[in-house]
Amino acid sequence: MQVKRMVSYFFGKCMRLAVLLVAVSAFSYILVNNSPIDPVQSYIGADMTKVSPEQRANIAEYWGLNEPPVQQLFQWGKNLLQGDMGTSLIYRDPVAGVIAERFLASLALMSVAWVLSGLFGFTFGVIAGMNEGSWMDKLIKGYCFTLASTPAFWLGLLLLMLFSVWLGWLPIGFGTPAGILAEEVTFSDRLRHLILPGLTLSIVGLANIALHTRQKLVEVMNSEYVRFARAKGEDGLTLLRRHGLRNISLPAISLHFASFGELFGGAVLAEQVFSYPGLGQAVVEAGLGGDVPLLLGIVLCSTVFVFAGNTAADVLYKTIDPRMRRGEV
Amino acid sequence: MMAGKILKMGFRQRTITSIVVSFLLLLIMVLSGLWIGEEQLEIQPEDMNEAPSLHHLFGTDWLGRDMLTRTFKGVTISFGVGILAAFSSTVIALVFSLLASVNGKADRVVTWLIDLFLSVPHIVLLLLISFAMGGGFQGVVVGLAFTHWPSLTRVLRAEMLQVKNAEYVSVSRKLGKSRLWIARHHIIPHLRPQLFIGFVLLFPHAILHEAAITFLGFGLPPEQPAIGIILSESMLYLSTGMWWLAVFPGLSLLLMVALFDILGRNLRKWADPFHGQKGV
Repeated sequence: MQVKRMVSYFFGKCMRLAVLLVAVSAFSYILVNNSPIDPVQSYIGADMTKVSPEQRANIAEYWGLNEPPVQQLFQWGKNLLQGDMGTSLIYRDPVAGVIAERFLASLALMSVAWVLSGLFGFTFGVIAGMNEGSWMDKLIKGYCFTLASTPAFWLGLLLLMLFSVWLGWLPIGFGTPAGILAEEVTFSDRLRHLILPGLTLSIVGLANIALHTRQKLVEVMNSEYVRFARAKGEDGLTLLRRHGLRNISLPAISLHFASFGELFGGAVLAEQVFSYPGLGQAVVEAGLGGDVPLLLGIVLCSTVFVFAGNTAADVLYKTIDPRMRRGEV
Repeated sequence: MMAGKILKMGFRQRTITSIVVSFLLLLIMVLSGLWIGEEQLEIQPEDMNEAPSLHHLFGTDWLGRDMLTRTFKGVTISFGVGILAAFSSTVIALVFSLLASVNGKADRVVTWLIDLFLSVPHIVLLLLISFAMGGGFQGVVVGLAFTHWPSLTRVLRAEMLQVKNAEYVSVSRKLGKSRLWIARHHIIPHLRPQLFIGFVLLFPHAILHEAAITFLGFGLPPEQPAIGIILSESMLYLSTGMWWLAVFPGLSLLLMVALFDILGRNLRKWADPFHGQKGV
């Protein structure tokens, strides 16, 4: 029974993902195809005067741009199913390879930021929620609301100015030190280049989770069972551990899983500020350079990423909370 | 004396004061930006790269342009883009939520569309649409309009479902009132405050996303002093220690977004009877 339900759940999710990917790719393909930005033009770039009309026609034919759009879409979809996402126009490499390499760098950045913002956000939320109305609560709340209005890239610029330009503690950008061979880059080098973008992303990501946790904890603290527990003499950390944490940690974790989309968006901006060679920087370059295959590839990749986060949140709820499994809530 | 008086105000009075103050501050910011003409943005080579002083409160850039006037102009541009985008998003959200209330099938289609739009990271979607539109002012506004409606549509749809299933609406229906009559007299009055507050709260998001996408190079053209443009230009001069190029424009943007956020949240407190007397 249990196994059967799990299998059907799994297949349901796969179906959803498949439908989603088809819809997203068709939608983005139509969008990109109607763009007034000519891929051949942006490919040639500054060499415009040196390229004859015949050569242009050759390039267009080589990329299959002469065929009708619908046929192009099907061709692209067919290749995609065979694992071939096309060739990036900027990097002159298969898109899948570029994305895989870039995604690893982004993943390092995003996972650091995700864990840090989760831990600190949750802690701040708990502190604020336990002391509702106190100066600490007001401080944390004010801080979170300010952060919610802060442009993430501006925060990155401030950190860059403070730590790299003014204090000179950390490198100004890029994923690895300049002028060093790729094989000689040490782990600590990479780590030093990860600190600032990671910090930017964590500080921005923290606000949402802290406010949510605070809200939930305030609700719990005003409930009947907590009043009863207080009447029995429980307070402080014991009260928090027995009645608070169990009720608020699950929504917080699944909210944090469901925020992969914002995390990715933040990474795009942070990577741009710090010239960090991740997927976010690649998507900006692809968009500005008219690199359609790479752009589409990254759109699909980020969709899968967000879907994975949402599914993880869902599964977590179902496995941990018995009420969800029985469909009571 | 003054502070004592403010602290003694009731909750409702405080809400109204916040609304009025934030509204006035926003008005001042926008009007001062409108008042700045082209001649004040001109290049003045004699005072290049000056640090903030009494004469140039925000300093000057590498072309000698006064950063204070550029910043205010930029904030006004952001405001214009924000108002266009937030308004069109609200209209889209209203249309979709009305569509969702027609029947079950339409509702499923709308929900699916919401999920579809929320399943791609916001920035990536913006980038894609603005790429498809060929960038520029038009690209940003269309991109912002087509990416900010899902959350508001969700709120409106939930609200409408609730009203539709309320007893007094079924009584109305049993009494033979037409769909249009019910929509006009029962549903729209409920949606109006939600719609207006949703519109105000869309603003901060739209402005922040506009700045972000412009910063990335997909948005407004470089000759306009939008905040995103100012900040991305400032990146070239950061390593020379010209901190004022980035700090003040960003701070002004933050101020405007925060003011809109305060305005929206307090309007909600003011309009919503359930939160009228207690802070959230």
